[in-house]
Amino acid sequence: MEQQYPVLIVIIPMFTAMVLTLAGWFKPAVCQPLAVVGLLGSFLSAVATLLQIGAGEVISYRLGGWEPPFGIEYRVDSLNALVLVMVSLVALLVAIFARKPVEKELGNKISNFYTLFVLLVTGLLGMTITGDAFNLYVLLEIAALTSYALLAMGRGRAYMATFNYVILGTIGACFYLLGVGLLLIKTGSLNMADIGTILPKLVGSETVLVAFGFLMVGVWIKMALFPFHGWLPNAYTYAPTATSCLVAPLMTKVSVYIMLRIMFTVYSADWIFNVIQWKPVVMVLAVVAILMGSFFALAQRDIKRMLTYLIVAEIGYMVGGAWTGTAAGLTGTIYHIMADGLMTVCLFMVIGSVVYRKGKAHFESFKDAFQSMPWTMGALIIGGLSMIGVPPTCGFFSKWYLISGAYQSSDYAFIVALLISSLVNAILFIRIVETAFFSATPSEIPDPHAHHEVDYADSPVSMLIPMWVSALALIAMGLYTGEIVTRWILPILPGGLI
Amino acid sequence: MSQSIVSFTPLAIVLTSALAVIPISLSGRNPNLRELWTFLAGFLKLMLLFSLLEPVTKGIAVQFELWKVLPGVSLHFSVDAFGLLFAFVACSLWIPTSLYVIGYMRGLKEHAQTRFFACFALALSATAGVAFAGNLLTLYVFYEILSLSTFPLVAHHQDGEARTGGRKYLTYLLATSIGLVLPAMIITYQMTGTLEFSSMGIYGDTVKPGTLLVLLLLFLYGFAKSGLMPLHSWLPGAMVAPTPVSALLHAVAVVKVGVFCNLRVITGIFGIEILSKTYLDTVICVIAGVTVIVSSLIALSQDNLKRRLAFSTVGQLSYIILGAGLAQSYAVKGAMLHISMHAFGKITLFMCAGAIFVASGKKYISQMVGLGHKMPFTFGAFLIGSLSVIGLPPAGGFISKWLLLKGTIAAEHWPMMVVLLGSSLLNAAYFFPIVYQAFFGKGILPENENVKEAPLACTLPLCLTAVISIVLFVYPEPFLTLATLAVGE
Amino acid sequence: MEWLQINYNYLLVIVLLMIGLWAMIGKNNLVKKCIGMCIFQNAIIMFFISMGVKAGSTIPILNYTKIDGVKTYLTEASMYANPLTQILMLTAIVVGVATLGMALTLVQKIYSEYGTCEEDEILEKLN
Repeated sequence: MEQQYPVLIVIIPMFTAMVLTLAGWFKPAVCQPLAVVGLLGSFLSAVATLLQIGAGEVISYRLGGWEPPFGIEYRVDSLNALVLVMVSLVALLVAIFARKPVEKELGNKISNFYTLFVLLVTGLLGMTITGDAFNLYVLLEIAALTSYALLAMGRGRAYMATFNYVILGTIGACFYLLGVGLLLIKTGSLNMADIGTILPKLVGSETVLVAFGFLMVGVWIKMALFPFHGWLPNAYTYAPTATSCLVAPLMTKVSVYIMLRIMFTVYSADWIFNVIQWKPVVMVLAVVAILMGSFFALAQRDIKRMLTYLIVAEIGYMVGGAWTGTAAGLTGTIYHIMADGLMTVCLFMVIGSVVYRKGKAHFESFKDAFQSMPWTMGALIIGGLSMIGVPPTCGFFSKWYLISGAYQSSDYAFIVALLISSLVNAILFIRIVETAFFSATPSEIPDPHAHHEVDYADSPVSMLIPMWVSALALIAMGLYTGEIVTRWILPILPGGLI
Repeated sequence: MSQSIVSFTPLAIVLTSALAVIPISLSGRNPNLRELWTFLAGFLKLMLLFSLLEPVTKGIAVQFELWKVLPGVSLHFSVDAFGLLFAFVACSLWIPTSLYVIGYMRGLKEHAQTRFFACFALALSATAGVAFAGNLLTLYVFYEILSLSTFPLVAHHQDGEARTGGRKYLTYLLATSIGLVLPAMIITYQMTGTLEFSSMGIYGDTVKPGTLLVLLLLFLYGFAKSGLMPLHSWLPGAMVAPTPVSALLHAVAVVKVGVFCNLRVITGIFGIEILSKTYLDTVICVIAGVTVIVSSLIALSQDNLKRRLAFSTVGQLSYIILGAGLAQSYAVKGAMLHISMHAFGKITLFMCAGAIFVASGKKYISQMVGLGHKMPFTFGAFLIGSLSVIGLPPAGGFISKWLLLKGTIAAEHWPMMVVLLGSSLLNAAYFFPIVYQAFFGKGILPENENVKEAPLACTLPLCLTAVISIVLFVYPEPFLTLATLAVGE
Repeated sequence: MEWLQINYNYLLVIVLLMIGLWAMIGKNNLVKKCIGMCIFQNAIIMFFISMGVKAGSTIPILNYTKIDGVKTYLTEASMYANPLTQILMLTAIVVGVATLGMALTLVQKIYSEYGTCEEDEILEKLN
């Protein structure tokens, strides 16, 4: 049984999706509990896998018993085990959270929603666990196709936003496929670790360089790195609540993970930082992504849209951290993949709750929210503090490592961008909290001593529990930073970094 | 300090007020019970502090490791004489202030009193955490908690003015701590591999003076709670808070945390010796000296009593930083002592301002003419508080200023001596007219004819702190001993 | 010139890719964008297939006769075309069809919502 955990992570949600389709015919009401059960199984398997892995070990699982590099291999080291745990945890939380908003927003499509939901999670988990470059492409498309469908359930403006995403997402995936094809020509292999052993012999090859270019641009489009971010804000803003809660934290983070895999497993740190001179360019992209995301976020009145711009900024964090070429920076990136996944899901669930209660997520919807929705606002504060980077939440520690890395590699512009982004986040969240704390806008000043009673109308418990689990996870993760870093992240850092 | 013992007490002190938040919030419907919790926690905290007195005076550091967050960096408490001194000041003032809060809040029938008391208790915990912090990261964590927990207090009135003040308050404090302290801290860690405080400084001889200057400026301005100009303007802005908040937080806890952090960084991270070797002490002196003079001049022109007190605070805080910047043991001792002396003096003044407001509804100095006869206790206490802040006998402020002056003489820093003396004159110039007008001024406002003393719960605490100010002149030993120990003589 | 004779397939693929990309990004009509997407994906499929091609090769199926009870292989491994790329592309074709279906569904929805498939007209209606 122990050896089967890696495959169970993917298989359980896949079969759950099939069961859900059938169950949906007969009784849509059982879909949500079924999805939760399936994702719980996946989450537990992921945790079991993570705990199995010793320092620097790799678990190799051969699908169908075929030996790598001929067969498809699932390769789990502590890097993707961590990402697997994060993805399955976030998916589980959102599945619990989704019950009420889905009933309200997508009443007649409940079974479709959960089927696609679980299938999307299958795709994401598969992308994370697989060691095969082409298998990754297929799962990437599975995740993408299901996410298109889920996003388009938002109706109205969502159709056009999703269509743009389909076009760009397809370009991204095809670029990735082209890169894989070029590598296949050169190395004859599709197994990522195997390609990694062959590539050092092909140092001067231009094909390998071009392949790297295609692969990078492909994943950058998928993760919405500046200047490929255009599709993201619209697509996520107009999506249904439950969809954006799932897609926003996970799609981009898994793409970052794939970028790390390509950079450090397929290619090598030595090749990337010593042979090709791309680092300055990518750092500029990262810095611009951070600054631009932050400033666009400042201009938004709709909080959900504001968060989508913050995602663009956070992508800049992770890309920049990985490209500093330092152990600390890469540690920061890996840590931030998880931290940001949890932060984003926490904040999106908060926004989802506000939308659920008040219909919209504009600043005005937050008026008096401290009195009417105290628990939701509590989670918002924790999530916001993590975004700003206040200890002991995990956001602080990812900044700690990212700034350390940038300092070691003398990327001062990146440090400044990180700090500016923190400050902008501070302003953004102070603004929301202020609106929620004060009952009146400055123009209508009430009697300061008057009692102002607002009815208590917090979100249902089924929404509050996952929200608070994610909020508390932010603090727990912050407190266990040292543990996570020494046990799981440091042993897998590739050689060749500063 | 070579010896150290591990003890749970520092954590217990920090937790007493943090845990008090729970019963306080739960007993919101029964105000008397709620206030009882506050007092219980206050006295418990004070008792626990006394139990630390014995080991610390023997030169033993009390350690407690809270949590290992990063490899090589942990959150831990380490109580030394300076930290204990500061904790004593903050905690002993919590009790009279709580009494005062009750009188003030109930007198004005304020809303959301439960939230107020809960945040108040939390802020005290954060202050104790800062006082006991054993390294820079711990200091930073509690510093941030303090900023956040005091925001609801500053913005308590929830009206337009409170919104502006609160926004300014939080923006200044968060922006500086994230934008300046955080990078400075990370760079320090990258350069030295440690964040522990050490009296020799942690940079060693290898760091270039230019880098040190940048780091020093980042730290000095980063802890913006200390109100160094030009990052002081949140302090007058935060005066929109109810007066007890201004009293405890903006004369004692928050601003003192700022200077405490600055002193810790100057003495524990840079080290006095390195500073004087690289002439960075002069930089500190100049920044602080300019703040002292300019803020005193601004204070002269303020008619709103609380704003005048706020600018006076800005100036007095810089005295403390100035003392550290003189890099001379008398001056550092004076600076540490000034934290406590100024705290007792200034809290008296703020409580007087609040009592005047409760009794007469007056905020402006020009409206207080002749009020001295109506409220003799309040204005008497105000006089004593002023004496202490100006630095005249028979009030405690005299001793700390005396030590600071002695420090300038010993360090032969004549310009700074002029600054200190000149600023004392200015202090006198902005305080004495208030008292003089109140007692001897002609032309009392007609609506002030029937004013009586504020309720007992308001008047009693301010008389108490005024008396303590005088007692500290006669008997400054408790704080003096701790300060002497902290300087290491 | 010689390079072209050997590698003309890549040239063709590049031309197709550019046509597809141009249609996806530059065209105003959403259906044309879908057509561009289709061309783009098929170009990649041709790229993969052509990389596995070998002149005079045959399908990779074991083919032998028994002569006097001894197995004699009629084709050798070196005569097979690379089957891997073809198998990969089978999957890619499925993916491509699914994506195209998704995109066309969306276009239909957009048409019923806005009554047009021209992007600029839709954007006008959105604002």
